[in-house]
Amino acid sequence: MTSSRGPEFPSLVDIAASVRSGERSARAVLAQSLGRVRDLEGDLHCFNEVTLEAAEADADAVDQMVRSGLDPGPLAGVPVALKDNLCTVGVPTTCSSRILEGWLPPYDATVVTRLRLAGAIPIGKTNLDEFAMGSSTENSAFGPTRNPWDITRVPGGSSGGSAAAVACGMVPLSFGSDTGGSIRQPAALCGIVGVKPTYGVVSRYGLIAFASSLDQIGPFATTVADAALGLEVVAGHDPMDSTSLERPAPSLLASLGDGVSGLRIGIIDDFLSDVSPECGAAVIAAAEALAAAGAEVDRVKIPELLLGLPAYYLIAPAEASSNLSRYDGVRYGLRVDGPDAETMNARTRGEGFGPEVKRRIMIGTYALSAGYYDAYYGQAQKARTIVIRAFEAAYRNFDVLLTPTTPSVAFPFGSKVDDPIEMYLCDLCSIPSSLAGHPAASVPFALSPEGLPIGVQVLAPALGEVQMMRVAASLEQAAPPGARGPVTP
Amino acid sequence: MSETERRISPEDVRHVARLARLALDDDEIGLYASQLSAILEHVDAVRRLDTANVPPTAHPFPVENVLRDDAVTASLDRATVLAQAPLAESDCFRVPRIMGEAP
Repeated sequence: MTSSRGPEFPSLVDIAASVRSGERSARAVLAQSLGRVRDLEGDLHCFNEVTLEAAEADADAVDQMVRSGLDPGPLAGVPVALKDNLCTVGVPTTCSSRILEGWLPPYDATVVTRLRLAGAIPIGKTNLDEFAMGSSTENSAFGPTRNPWDITRVPGGSSGGSAAAVACGMVPLSFGSDTGGSIRQPAALCGIVGVKPTYGVVSRYGLIAFASSLDQIGPFATTVADAALGLEVVAGHDPMDSTSLERPAPSLLASLGDGVSGLRIGIIDDFLSDVSPECGAAVIAAAEALAAAGAEVDRVKIPELLLGLPAYYLIAPAEASSNLSRYDGVRYGLRVDGPDAETMNARTRGEGFGPEVKRRIMIGTYALSAGYYDAYYGQAQKARTIVIRAFEAAYRNFDVLLTPTTPSVAFPFGSKVDDPIEMYLCDLCSIPSSLAGHPAASVPFALSPEGLPIGVQVLAPALGEVQMMRVAASLEQAAPPGARGPVTP
Repeated sequence: MSETERRISPEDVRHVARLARLALDDDEIGLYASQLSAILEHVDAVRRLDTANVPPTAHPFPVENVLRDDAVTASLDRATVLAQAPLAESDCFRVPRIMGEAP
């Protein structure tokens, strides 16, 4: 299966400028986006729901503001897609789960509110692995999303619908959530930019919880500058999220062109033996490009990071087993009746959750249960400390670190779905930053021999988004043409 | 029986499923017994780790209790919320019986 290049999007800044000036209507920008959805959605299944009428009404409102001499905001008329675990008033929000099918949230996520206030036009809710648990979208109760580069392959996950919608040119900007790699991994597999911010930079209010100490919302775009603008718009303190950092949104766009001269960049050696040769080679090539641009590049061993994957697969399920206890057939979603409340709860959950969600609830419940808590969950929390301390030591010598984003390129449907551990290994390189709460971004940097995109991951310490995005922008400049979307399947 | 197979028995799976309020059929119980055993095998490096003097991390940054001003503000509309319930009655969520019959 092959794909062809393009069509390219104008930058978000250019889209918004043309809408703000009245040169182009938001309605015309939207029509182009929806036309692309109409043409490709049948092949790709990016969306659980396309909110056509609401999007047209929102676009008309933006155009009316422009005609009235008001400024709709920095994303005026920009069509945006939202992962279907972000609450949207009156629009079904399912987490791609039968247990929430048809649920209508009574409030908007803060991210959604901020996008609207910036003039963006939400066009629909994108497919994901059920409750964001997975790396391929094959765990969606509504069927998988397909990769625009090769529709026989997965787009990655869990935010696969949001990644594919940008990678095939439906929308120039989308949002996903990342708990252990769910933005970065699909961004890499779809040849686009994906950013997981520092924990607490973006409000989680209205993000349906998976693992609350790890979950973070972030953008997908085809360019670093567009991802940076998307992040700037949604970031910043929110009193509705008690873990939201009391800081203003970072200013990223202004310094993207500052280059990498003098930055100290470390290639993390420890993952290179566990990834495919082409994914490893891309990181080495990226480091060489950064050195040529004036960075000081060296290799670094941080073997403690290899504890990340096993620690994560205890911590995240433990938190999930607690968070998902709310789906009990009482207040919202599915109910399967029973003679007493406990039987009703258990039948509802047994029928409403898919196999991976049940698996993780079981692991988490086991790891938290009497007699096993100290050996599993307690030990994992201590391993988390060891990972964080190892990062702290490395960041005394480096400003940013580089790894492959993923161990391999996009894989064929069905190739990992029966082996949970194989699927979990997709997150090998992305998990350590999640455990530490650090920011990380995936930048498309190379193509495999079969023409599939390969991402390089840029890691930075907490609140290091500015230097991280500078490095990402420099990598983007050095990347070979054709390594990034959009593509037409 | 290998070490892996011994680790999680079908009885263990039934116990955990009861704690998690998950109704599982016999096929699922068999599948999860073997898959959970394999996953626990994979995470065994964490269980065996020497963590003397290492404190646990529950959250990436220090978490403080956040209180808003004690002012009356609007809350979600009751009818809107109850409209999403599988079964509601007299402004309440309706559930099956939670206690046995009175003697």
